[in-house]
Amino acid sequence: MTNHWIDLKNSDVILAMGGNPASNHPISMKWIMRAREKGAKLICVDPRFSQTAAKADLYAPLRSGTDIAFLGGMIRYILENDLYFKDYLVNYSNAAFLVNPDFKGPADLDGLFSGYNPDTKKYDKASWAFQKDENGIALKDVSLQDPNCVFQLLKKQYARYTPEKVVNITGTPMDKLMEVYKLYSSTGKPNRVGTECYAMGWTQHTIGTQNIRAMTIIQMLLGNMGMPGGGINALRGESNVQGSTDYGILFHILPGYNPVPNAALVDLATYNEKNTPTTKEPGSVNWWSNRPKYVASYLKAVYGTAATKENDFGYSWMPKLDVGMNASWLMIFDKMYKGEFDGFFAWGQNPACSGANSNKTREAMTKLKWLVNVNLFDNETASFWRGPGMNPKDIQTEVFMLPCCSSMEKEGSITNSGRWGQWRYKAIEPQGGSLPDAEIINELFFKVKELYQKEGGAFPDPIVNLSWEYGERDASGKIKHIDTHAIAKEINGYYLEDVYDTKVDPPELIGKKGDLVPSFAFLQADGSTSSGNWLYCNSYVLKDGKPVNMMARRGKEDPTGLGLYSGWSWAWPVNRRIIYNRASVDLQGKPWDPNRALIAWNPTKPAPKGKTGGWDGDVPDGGAPPMASSGKLPFIMKADGIASVFGPGLAEGPFPEHYEALECPVEKNSMSGQRINPTIKIFGDKMDAFASCDMRFPFVGTTYRVSEHWQTGCMTRHCSWLLEMQPQNFVEMSTELAKELKLENGETVVVSSARGKVKAVALVSERFKPFKIADSTVHQVGLPWHFGWQFPEDGSGYDSANLLTPNVGDANTMIPESKAFMVNVQKA
Amino acid sequence: MGVSRRDFLKLSGGTALIASLGVNLDSAKAYARELRIKNAKQTTTICPYCSVGCGIIVYAENGKIINTEGDPDHPISEGTLCSKGASVMQLANNDKRLGKPLYRAPGETAWKQVEWEWALDRIAHLVKDTRDKSFKTVSTSKVMEKQADGTELLVEKEFVVNRTDKIAHVGSAALDNEECYLLQKLVRSWGLVYVEHQARI
Repeated sequence: MTNHWIDLKNSDVILAMGGNPASNHPISMKWIMRAREKGAKLICVDPRFSQTAAKADLYAPLRSGTDIAFLGGMIRYILENDLYFKDYLVNYSNAAFLVNPDFKGPADLDGLFSGYNPDTKKYDKASWAFQKDENGIALKDVSLQDPNCVFQLLKKQYARYTPEKVVNITGTPMDKLMEVYKLYSSTGKPNRVGTECYAMGWTQHTIGTQNIRAMTIIQMLLGNMGMPGGGINALRGESNVQGSTDYGILFHILPGYNPVPNAALVDLATYNEKNTPTTKEPGSVNWWSNRPKYVASYLKAVYGTAATKENDFGYSWMPKLDVGMNASWLMIFDKMYKGEFDGFFAWGQNPACSGANSNKTREAMTKLKWLVNVNLFDNETASFWRGPGMNPKDIQTEVFMLPCCSSMEKEGSITNSGRWGQWRYKAIEPQGGSLPDAEIINELFFKVKELYQKEGGAFPDPIVNLSWEYGERDASGKIKHIDTHAIAKEINGYYLEDVYDTKVDPPELIGKKGDLVPSFAFLQADGSTSSGNWLYCNSYVLKDGKPVNMMARRGKEDPTGLGLYSGWSWAWPVNRRIIYNRASVDLQGKPWDPNRALIAWNPTKPAPKGKTGGWDGDVPDGGAPPMASSGKLPFIMKADGIASVFGPGLAEGPFPEHYEALECPVEKNSMSGQRINPTIKIFGDKMDAFASCDMRFPFVGTTYRVSEHWQTGCMTRHCSWLLEMQPQNFVEMSTELAKELKLENGETVVVSSARGKVKAVALVSERFKPFKIADSTVHQVGLPWHFGWQFPEDGSGYDSANLLTPNVGDANTMIPESKAFMVNVQKA
Repeated sequence: MGVSRRDFLKLSGGTALIASLGVNLDSAKAYARELRIKNAKQTTTICPYCSVGCGIIVYAENGKIINTEGDPDHPISEGTLCSKGASVMQLANNDKRLGKPLYRAPGETAWKQVEWEWALDRIAHLVKDTRDKSFKTVSTSKVMEKQADGTELLVEKEFVVNRTDKIAHVGSAALDNEECYLLQKLVRSWGLVYVEHQARI
């Protein structure tokens, strides 16, 4: 989330689209309802009349996978009716930037952008570049009239998204569509703010990233980014999926969003050169220019004293990807299916039910030599070898199921969707013979290290040089028990030497060797500081000489009245509660909306060294004075300091364009001749089957969650209170479809796709309605994905809805398209 | 700062004031509740399910959790919880928790319980054997390279990679931050690059 949960109360219009907070983040509704009590409006756009819709002021249905058409139409409406916030747009976005005159878009090229290569399915992005002057600064037309400026290109791109065309694609009733456009666009005024809440309903599409991009364009047009009550808010599905992403448990990023090195970046200097953005834009902070400090500090945290200037801080010990290599989820299971992995860890995860196309995932695991699953309870992954259709005698995989403890049986922090790192205390000892995950990691670290020390082996350097200073050692040198605070402090980082500011004469001592670094502004690129994750530098600091765990704070002060609660726990970065908050003020540093003053420039505020002038309110995105007095642009993480209305970085184009899902009910994309995203990867095995516009699978399918279960249910199906409330798989459908299929509510049915089938109870409801798409009727059904064959043990829960979903991913992220696919429903 | 329900209990000297205030049945219930958790150790935690981050107070006695309830001081949840958060006690008090590590040998048809030490030793050996057999010091990448005539050409070259392609890891969005940090540190030290988790799906 750019903002945070309580901040929802500061909104005038809340758009829940691509997410269902009432069911999946129930307590967040408290803050949405708090906003409504003050007169705010809640809009829900969803294929199904969800629990959020039930609380909404305005509900509009749309067919799964057509969000860009819906949002593109909203962009057109805002532009046609001059509802955009011009001062904000011109100063804080690239709307005024001039693009290469060779650039062509879908309006010119029947759904494609210039530079497409059908053989590689990739774009040459040369024509998407900005025009630059002789100093390398982008040319701009602040009148927004130049035909090559981003604003005019945006107009041209979305002129085609007329309401008539949109409803033909989305199936949304025209009156509801126009009501949504009108209400949400009302936030384009300085004193009105709109926010967006999305979740997997936007990400799990082959056009997932562009769904979100479309909304960011709207938020920039309306001046809603950086504002209290505004922003783009990803409602994360797991308690610490924000934290685990921040900590880089992904193939492409290290902790703190530094890229995983590829092989051609042969040393740290090359890595830094290629990965550190530069800019000539005079007002840009370009925060990522600090990347070398964060990477060096990370390497120092990882390899400790073994990391020296001479050995590039151990850079060569890091495993490297091949150039362009994709090691993401779908690739892992494709390789596993082809027998290319021997060993596999599924740690706190149940991929046999959670990934798309579970049959392929389950089959893939039979090819492994060994598998380790770490979880509280047995599950479909650990027990894959005794699952449906498996013959254990034929499966040569050695399997370990390691019981880890629950969060109440250990100590540590997790980061919620609003980026608050909150501390959890240990209430009881680990139950049921389990161990905390940290202890399992500790054991494996020492056991593997010991083997290398005793026997030698392939390249032991990264293993034997790993720094592991987390508590008291036994006689053999092993850490007996992990001290979580020691890890938290290593993550924050230390001064490893006395650090001086050499810019002043005589040099001034900034930090003393051995002290915790107070914030990432003090991290160094020369190995004199460590930090396991620069984003969390400031989470464990010295106050009056004593270490203070900022994540454990319980202060309740709220001086702004905006619900920032800056003294409660700690938010990254540097306890900033709303990201890009410098966009909430005008060029003079005055809040756009004085009634929602998040930060404000105070010229008389005492500043260091006897100076005056500073920001009141939230921790600002950089301390520079307001733009009008030689200040800095607000979007500090972007190289050019402004937000990208035109985003040349993505795979399928700088503007979102509507493409149909890989599996869809229409022969032709009404927007262009390009039916699907032209840049997606399609796997080619028989297990990767898909079927579009195929009479065998006539209905649109989607997946979702219910309040009583969590993800694959591997931590809720074993809880009797929850299982009693939601005991088994169901498929929800309209009364119209049930009538057509001659099905009664409560009947057992089989739902099938090109990849698999699953049993479910027919849930016939008014919540789904048939869609009118062009001249035909399209039915949609939905299933929760919480169930699996392993528990309840009698099989009464049936199995996972992911047996149906396709293993095709978004062109940028490779997140599978679990939200739009084609199915059939038949009596069991 | 407002007075929360717990502060109120402290201020009012436990249950006496509550009992004198209200309806008979409520006060009796409050009294009974106080008794049940009177000697319990209180710790705070954050719900392990969705990402709202609601506060929960855990009451433990004799090493067992005897009650959990919403933390009224928590600024997001203000004492409220959804069905999952309210049932969190069942994660700890649950006879389906495993007791010991489970092991299934190749071709076997059933789990058997094993000791931690044995299981971890065996996994460590498997990691090492697999890593040693598959360790890649160099690998081929295609890169653009400047030619003598100044043009650029896509060429295949060998580079140092120091990795294994034979072990993959997925998970874990339910671990604590400190554990996530440790986990990525561990698997990357082994040379794994096929490292993914819930954020990708």
